[in-house]
Amino acid sequence: MAKVHVQTQINGEPVDFLCEPQQSLLEVLREELSRTGTKEGCGTGDCGACSVLLDGRLVCACLVLGVEATGKNVTTIEGIAPEEGLHPIQQQFLEHAALQCGICTPGLIVATKALLDKNPNPTEKEIRYWLAGNLCRCTGYDKIIRAVQASAAELSHPA
Amino acid sequence: MTNSARPKSFGTSIPRKEDRRFITGHGRYTDDVELPAQAHAAFVRSPFAHANILSIDASEAQKQQGVIAVYTGTQFATSGLGDLQCGWMIHSRDGSPMQVGEHPALASQKVRFAGDAVAIVVAESAKLAKLAAELVEVDYEELPVAADLVSAGAPNAPEIHEGITNNQVYDWEIGNKAETAEAFQRAAHITELNLINNRLIPNAMETRAVNAQFDAAKDSYTLYVASQNPHGLRMTLAAVIGFAPEHKLRVISEDVGGGFGSKAFNYAEEVACLWASKLCNRPVKWTCDRSEAFLTDAHGRDHVTRASLALDDDHKIIGMQVHTQANVGAYLSTFGSLIPTYVYAPLLSGQYNIPNIYANVVTRYTNTNPVDAYRGAGRPEAGYVIERLVETAAREVGMNSAEFRRLNFIRQFPHSTPVDMDYDTGDFQAHLDKALEMIKADQFPERKAETESRGKKRGLGIGCYIEAAGIGPSARLGKLGSGAGLWESAEVRVNPTGSVEVLTGCHSHGQGHETTYAQLVADQFGISVDDVDIVHGDTDKVQFGMGTFGSRSGPVGLSAISLACNKVVAKATAIAAQVLEVEQDTVDFTDGEFSSSATNQRLSFAEVALNAYTAHHFSTSDIEPGLSEGCFFDPPDFNFPAGTHLCEVEIDPQTGVVDVVDFVAVDDFGVIGNPMIVEGQVHGGVVQGVGQALWEQAVHDEQGQLLTGSYMDYTMPRASDMPDVRVGFTETRCTTNPIGMKGCGEAGAIGAPPAVINAITDALDIREFDMPATPEKVWRAANKR
Ligand code: FES
Ligand code: FES
Repeated sequence: MAKVHVQTQINGEPVDFLCEPQQSLLEVLREELSRTGTKEGCGTGDCGACSVLLDGRLVCACLVLGVEATGKNVTTIEGIAPEEGLHPIQQQFLEHAALQCGICTPGLIVATKALLDKNPNPTEKEIRYWLAGNLCRCTGYDKIIRAVQASAAELSHPA
Repeated sequence: MTNSARPKSFGTSIPRKEDRRFITGHGRYTDDVELPAQAHAAFVRSPFAHANILSIDASEAQKQQGVIAVYTGTQFATSGLGDLQCGWMIHSRDGSPMQVGEHPALASQKVRFAGDAVAIVVAESAKLAKLAAELVEVDYEELPVAADLVSAGAPNAPEIHEGITNNQVYDWEIGNKAETAEAFQRAAHITELNLINNRLIPNAMETRAVNAQFDAAKDSYTLYVASQNPHGLRMTLAAVIGFAPEHKLRVISEDVGGGFGSKAFNYAEEVACLWASKLCNRPVKWTCDRSEAFLTDAHGRDHVTRASLALDDDHKIIGMQVHTQANVGAYLSTFGSLIPTYVYAPLLSGQYNIPNIYANVVTRYTNTNPVDAYRGAGRPEAGYVIERLVETAAREVGMNSAEFRRLNFIRQFPHSTPVDMDYDTGDFQAHLDKALEMIKADQFPERKAETESRGKKRGLGIGCYIEAAGIGPSARLGKLGSGAGLWESAEVRVNPTGSVEVLTGCHSHGQGHETTYAQLVADQFGISVDDVDIVHGDTDKVQFGMGTFGSRSGPVGLSAISLACNKVVAKATAIAAQVLEVEQDTVDFTDGEFSSSATNQRLSFAEVALNAYTAHHFSTSDIEPGLSEGCFFDPPDFNFPAGTHLCEVEIDPQTGVVDVVDFVAVDDFGVIGNPMIVEGQVHGGVVQGVGQALWEQAVHDEQGQLLTGSYMDYTMPRASDMPDVRVGFTETRCTTNPIGMKGCGEAGAIGAPPAVINAITDALDIREFDMPATPEKVWRAANKR
């Protein structure tokens, strides 16, 4: 099948790639562009491991076609941290040990960013429901919730 | 040089050293590894649970563009490679060895579960491989199916493995049958329960993955694999499957995305990919789809049990009888025979002084994928039996169930149970008291009344678990049928500048070893945690080890490291004495400094390390240069973490929905290395345990088709499903390792299920109720329908 030429932005940088029309954005990121920070946990939109932002909107990269990135801005885990150091969400995940094996973590950090961009002061319930799309088998979620709360506090009142 | 002591790191909640790579997306999991000339594999799998293979025709698939090769079970049968093997020999009570059926990596004659692999397709991409796999024509002759324990044990059951009657693997027993029967004769009260321990799917969020490479020039293999036990796997691939001797096999398990037992086994795909990589001379990568993972990962639990407890007039337990049937699936997986025997029944005594126990376990093959260790592995099944029995007995004799437990707790240690366990230490009363206080059990009646005023029901459930972690010692386990030793190795390499690399045979797939291990080493040497690196998961770097499972990496793995550090300090002390020109017995090593009563000169750890390598100040015929020591630690016995888990539920009788409103876990893990990490282990375990109790269940239909093969059908706990798990600790020091630690990895998965079900049966005032407590089942129970 003929490949499609796609022009997009990934983490602020213009990126051109060729992909098959049926290839998912997740496959493009991991297989064509070697950006393996975004993970696959199910491939069916049920686990959130592949979470990325498309023009700021939280999506499952496994449910988005690569061609749909045309002209859009894709933010992946590799683009969350500033040039130096860590994003406050990453810092709080680190300080709260909000991860164990780490495979779900890129998706959770991206999903948290999408939440806090929209709702800087979420309640615990809002956090738990927003992150219900992200499966984590290791942590039991408690420390993730704590990290998100601390991130919200830090982002709204930077130290 | 200053004298200020560096604060101890071990025992404090420092952030995890490994996390920076994960939170920035730079973890390197098996699927992230792309090798030059990478090829990809897909498997042709049986759609039938039981069938003869009449023919396999791969010609159409082979012709497809991008397909490199298709290798079938028929070809595999002539490869000379051995079967996958179970690592533990169990003997039936009549002394006969367990009945072992064949288990080729690719089937050629017969398939035994839906998902059994019959061919491997290698192509330029995973997608092309999958498409071509659809074109492999396999002609099957369907056979009658035994999809569950009942049909597998029926008189005319289909024969899954040739010559194995009744599909029975073994009929095993432990304890004292006659004395136990006698205790039941004189009992004042007998409580009997039928219990099902529901079949679970581990669901590590990283699916299994393999990348196998054959290097023709070196005649050696490299296997990247998501494994909890790379050395065990290499030994198996060398000695059992027969690929090559160990020095020609390198197994690398870098970052692994969770295991929970399910990545501790040797799976067919590892063998098939290695085999294919040599045949086609390309690195062959396979990453399991989630739906394929549901079908082919080893599942957990799946017991049917009839159990009874005998009480005397004073409500003291005088006997326990347990008859369990366990499903091992179509093949005996690596630890498949062990889980329902030696890591199950010996824990049936729980925290109680039970003078007479008899347990009998009959294990059968079924036409389902293999069942093996899943978080807790045997111990959650045992904990569920004893805690459901104790709770029910207390209610039947009209006693407060906490009081009933107190009455029957073991209070003298060490304590030997009739099922061959020697508990070294514990204080069961302490965690029960603390947990009841944390949940404010005394105010439960008020909370219940408030709930009932809203038309709902409320229940409080207790789960007092004990588990045996850090399996050992090796010689004893060998007598019980283990095919391997269960010690752990460590190598502590001090560099000339005083930084340290620690090589461990344990494997971290979320446990945080890079941090906790470094904390202990830093303290023993008086250096910074940042100066210690932990190396694991590569058989070319670490000489040997047994990996991580059964909550062994703290008590066993870290003990090996600690003992190796002691050897380093001993040698460093000898060198320091030479450098300081004093008698060795005057040298003291405290807080990272060597000093001597004979001089006021002091040496830092790094200075002595440098001296060890320059070797200018000692005779190398007395002391070898260098500073690197190893240790193999074989634990003299298990260790026994124990705790009390309390669950409070609110149930809506209109909908049957169970809401966990509070959960308290108080655990005794002995000495704790990093409380924050340990809390995380408890949280994760508890949520998996609550998942088992409320939502999770693998369901096969009678044709052996898995009905719960996706996240739409198999309910995983999500962030919105639970309140916080409140965690507390008590401490009795473990005596079977030098650190005093007990394993913490499985506690939650053991304590939670009985706590939840005891809460539900309390709320609904019912006696028997099987997991998972789905709304339909709860609604029926609440409405007597
Ligand atoms: S991989 Fe996309 S949601 Fe699971
Ligand atoms: S940290 Fe392992 S799945 Fe979330």
